[in-house]
Amino acid sequence: MLSDSERKAIEAELPLYERRRSLCIEALKIVQEHRGWVSDEAVADIAEFLEMGADEVDSVATFYNRIHRRETGRHVIYLCDSVSCWVMGCDRARDRLREKLGIGFGETTPDGRFTLLPIACLGACDRAPALMVGDELYGPLDPGKAEEPLENHE
Amino acid sequence: MIRRPLTALIRPGEPPPGLRDYEAADGYAAVRGTLKDLQPGDVIDRVKEAGLRGRGGAGFQTAMKWGFVPQGEDAPRRKYLVCNADEMEPGTFKDRYLMEGNPHQLIEGMILAAFAIGAEVAYIFLRDEYPLAAKRLRAALAEARDGGHLGKDIHGSGFNLDIHLHISAGRYICGEETALLNALEGKRAVPRAKPPFPPVAGLWGKPTIVNNVETLCYVPHILRHGAEWFRGLGKGRDGGTKLYGASGRVRHPGIWELPMGTTMREIIEDHAGGMREGYRLRGVIPGGASTDFLVPEEHMDLPMDFESVQKAGSRLGTGTMIILDDKTCPVGMLRNLQLFFSRESCGWCTPCRDGIPWIEKTLAAIEAGDGREEDIALLHAHTRLLGPGRTFCAFAPGAMEPLQSALRYFEDDFRRHITEHRCPYANGR
Ligand SMILES: Cc1cc2nc3c(=O)[nH]c(=O)nc-3n(C[C@H](O)[C@H](O)[C@H](O)COP(=O)(O)O)c2cc1C
Ligand code: SF4
Repeated sequence: MLSDSERKAIEAELPLYERRRSLCIEALKIVQEHRGWVSDEAVADIAEFLEMGADEVDSVATFYNRIHRRETGRHVIYLCDSVSCWVMGCDRARDRLREKLGIGFGETTPDGRFTLLPIACLGACDRAPALMVGDELYGPLDPGKAEEPLENHE
Repeated sequence: MIRRPLTALIRPGEPPPGLRDYEAADGYAAVRGTLKDLQPGDVIDRVKEAGLRGRGGAGFQTAMKWGFVPQGEDAPRRKYLVCNADEMEPGTFKDRYLMEGNPHQLIEGMILAAFAIGAEVAYIFLRDEYPLAAKRLRAALAEARDGGHLGKDIHGSGFNLDIHLHISAGRYICGEETALLNALEGKRAVPRAKPPFPPVAGLWGKPTIVNNVETLCYVPHILRHGAEWFRGLGKGRDGGTKLYGASGRVRHPGIWELPMGTTMREIIEDHAGGMREGYRLRGVIPGGASTDFLVPEEHMDLPMDFESVQKAGSRLGTGTMIILDDKTCPVGMLRNLQLFFSRESCGWCTPCRDGIPWIEKTLAAIEAGDGREEDIALLHAHTRLLGPGRTFCAFAPGAMEPLQSALRYFEDDFRRHITEHRCPYANGR
């Protein structure tokens, strides 16, 4: 079941869209904000609330980059690996993060602090190579010290 | 005379102008004047006279697109305007600059565009990775509502408009306008079959106009200063200014508002400061990842406007250049681009879903020194098999543009990888 605050947050969006099921993406984002990620149970809860099939909701959930269908660490590191960042050395930044955190793309540190994911162009090409944690954008990174900004995220 | 209209009020690193500052600089004057004194058709006429072309990549005539929206008694009453603020095209960071730097300008443009097409509800479709733009847009929307520029009966004109901010859940294909509409409807962002085109049947089946951020930002200036002024700003046939950008190993990567038709040399040498010490210019992807390479030997003095770039075999696209230097492997760069496209393909049609990963693997093999002579022919064949008309949307042909041009301009690099069984650049980076 959706919690009261989840339900309220989703219902607040209702007047903005013509159909109830159009709230699917909003609902996924809201539930993810509350629970950290979108479990099978969360998919079922949303489906019930929006009067959709669970498979339908899951097909939407699995389409989008920013919806997590697996548990993540407290902070997700989005390392841009698109072309400008690649030219400026994002592969070396990735290697450095692997060395320092012991994780590659799609993995979470054993202490549950960080998950590392690649992301499509962050639109920060003038600050390449760049990464994002939460709402914070960091760049240009020194690829050899790519872990430095992570100190801000306990 | 105002020469840099789009960025006149933008101070990078500082908060954007609030409602008062914006109004003090004649902001929302176009809204007040237009809604009271002009008919929607007049707005379309002025934009048409100016010849404004879309800044989202394709350069479509804005007024013509608006004119496709059915009007009159028999037309659907409900219509929508959507601002495409998805900006996920690799190498592109201009809409971020406009939204973070002056959100009221975009809102004013949207009010005028919505008035022109008769839409009473509009959406800004913003990518999730632009939280600062989201925050500033939210604040500006609230201010615009309080200031009476949005809501019911705006400035006593009888025209109503609400603008909603929709934050995407992220996927490059959402930028394709019909995929965007599916995303707004809460579905998987798979492109739709066309026709019908969105101006006739778009969001929830209603007439819908999708315009890029930069396009919409221009509308208030055209109404305020006129078509002639706009045409005078450009250097060639296309009027206005354009946000140009450069990233890669140039001295000063950045964004600059310059006359449409400014040459590549001027942008790279004067504004980006030329190449960094120790690097030479090898190639330029002129307008985001899905445009063909240009090369310094042939194109330094090319005016960067829609027509000139097209004649040179590429596209102006988003106007933000990605620079290839002489110490970066072109094969590796292509591989990176195709990895992006293979990941972001929506998967709807087979050539794109299966073809791009195959291309990426082939490029990876060549880069690693495991390529074979016949791989080059295979890559050429794919640029045809995924070319225009073979796939459901323009994503796949776009992905082929940098590849087909790289095969032409950097053929030697591909061959050397194959004959030497290694990447000749491996130690250079
Ligand atoms: C794969 C793909 C991605 C696109 N991404 C964007 C985008 O992020 N922003 C944008 O404005 N247009 C994008 N477009 C172009 C839009 O489909 C559409 O043409 C544009 O928003 C129209 O605006 P304009 O007429 O003002 O240029 C994309 C097109 C394709 C095929
Ligand atoms: S070309 Fe690619 S992105 Fe476009 S519909 Fe086909 S699979 Fe989807």
